[in-house]
Amino acid sequence: MPAEGIKMLEMLSFGFMQKAFVTGIFAAIACSLLGTFLVLRRYALIGDGIAHISFGGVAAGLLFGAAPFTGALVFAIIGSIAILRLKEKAYLYGDSAIGMVSHASLGIGIFIASIAQGFNVDILSYLFGSILAIKTSEMILSIALATAIALTILVFYNDLFHMTYDEESARVSGVKVSVLNTLLITLTAITVVISMRVVGLMLASSLIVLPPVSALQTNSGFKKTIGITTLIAVISVCVGLTVAYYFDFAPSGTIVLVNACIFIMLFLMNKAGIFSRTSEQSA
Amino acid sequence: MSIIEVKGVSFKHGSTKVLEDVTFSVDKGDFVGLIGPNGSGKTTLLKLMLGIYPMQEGSIRILGQDIRDFSKHSKLGYVPQKAAGMNTDFPATVKEVVAMGLLSTKKHPKIIKKTDRRRIDSALEKVSMQQFKERRIDQLSGGQQQRVLIAKALVSSPAILFLDEPTTGIDQQSQEQFYDLLSKLNKSGITIMLVTHDTGRITRHVTKLASLNMRLDFYGTHKEFCALDKEHHFGHTHSLCLLRE
Repeated sequence: MPAEGIKMLEMLSFGFMQKAFVTGIFAAIACSLLGTFLVLRRYALIGDGIAHISFGGVAAGLLFGAAPFTGALVFAIIGSIAILRLKEKAYLYGDSAIGMVSHASLGIGIFIASIAQGFNVDILSYLFGSILAIKTSEMILSIALATAIALTILVFYNDLFHMTYDEESARVSGVKVSVLNTLLITLTAITVVISMRVVGLMLASSLIVLPPVSALQTNSGFKKTIGITTLIAVISVCVGLTVAYYFDFAPSGTIVLVNACIFIMLFLMNKAGIFSRTSEQSA
Repeated sequence: MSIIEVKGVSFKHGSTKVLEDVTFSVDKGDFVGLIGPNGSGKTTLLKLMLGIYPMQEGSIRILGQDIRDFSKHSKLGYVPQKAAGMNTDFPATVKEVVAMGLLSTKKHPKIIKKTDRRRIDSALEKVSMQQFKERRIDQLSGGQQQRVLIAKALVSSPAILFLDEPTTGIDQQSQEQFYDLLSKLNKSGITIMLVTHDTGRITRHVTKLASLNMRLDFYGTHKEFCALDKEHHFGHTHSLCLLRE
């Protein structure tokens, strides 16, 4: 066996690396499935807002002795639904509603961290990600949540597709747009919390935004775009983790940088006309 | 037989009154041109008829059902104003766009069957766009994109087709072809409700005109419209009547 192969096996023989790969791949799948819809609906930055909201949950979890993962999940779901309701009922602009809720929750997090001082180091691991320190229970929860997200998207794929393309005509066709909006934002909240352990809250929305934006450079149809998005997300997690392991880099930053490199490569290929030629041939 | 009944409809956007006591009914097989100046409430009325906006006052019945409890979604086709809420650079093929019009009206599991593929092909054939079915919609011209949106609206075999200024931003030749296509669809039995600014060309195609300016100024045939002096209400009267003659 070549030396590189042996090194790869050595990396995968560590339990923490196995958990990192499994959790990272499932988080990447969940992010990419949702990301395509969110980016095309111009909701790309809602992930950032939810990440800020989750920070309050992490701090509350640490303060009250509950699992920070659970605290983040509860805050993220309640906060994201509050954003929707503020937009619909209080007629706030979408970005204003995100700003209101996320900053309030961020304020709660900072307030709790300042009065409880003892767990500031733990909070940093949630802010910047600690994929190599993932617990088995967190890995199992991530797998379950990512699978649930994938199944939900599969069931509602066409309605989400229609709503993303044109919300009004979807409504006329009988699509329950309000219900789907709530579903989409709730799934996004869950996904951000899953990504929290992989790349940290600071970069949580990067896995939602970067892979679909890169895939869009290929000028493919919708289904193919989702497929390419998923592939890019999984590749970036696997390559990022491997590079981080061998060069002792921070895994979260490396995963995001691999994503950025893939985007630059596909962007340049698109500019060179490689993808547009392919789509014209298929017409 | 009336398939659209609008009774005493009034509507406000915030504190601004947009529609006031609008009442009319559309018979099966009619081709209605809904005309009026900017801000006259045309699009609002169309969106109320489609259930996009919630009813505030009055009632609308479509195919015998109150729009608030409407369930016959497959019987309505809608072609929105292109520039409005749509993603013009959306990564979807023509086939995917038309399929969504069919699948959204189906119950779960929403899977494309062989018969569905035939319906998609047939809808594309009706608008002469079958050869483009694998092409991405953003690679088509404005006129071709509108044809695809008509195919999307037709794929579920609707009884009524609603169109909101569908020819905005389309060249004149494509507009003429577009109106010919609508006439053909109307003759095949589809009732059409068309919101338009294009008061010249539509008079050759529509069977009825509805002139709106917050209130319904006029509803009837083109001949009746020209017989009445409505110039003080609606500035297009002169061109409307000249072009038809």
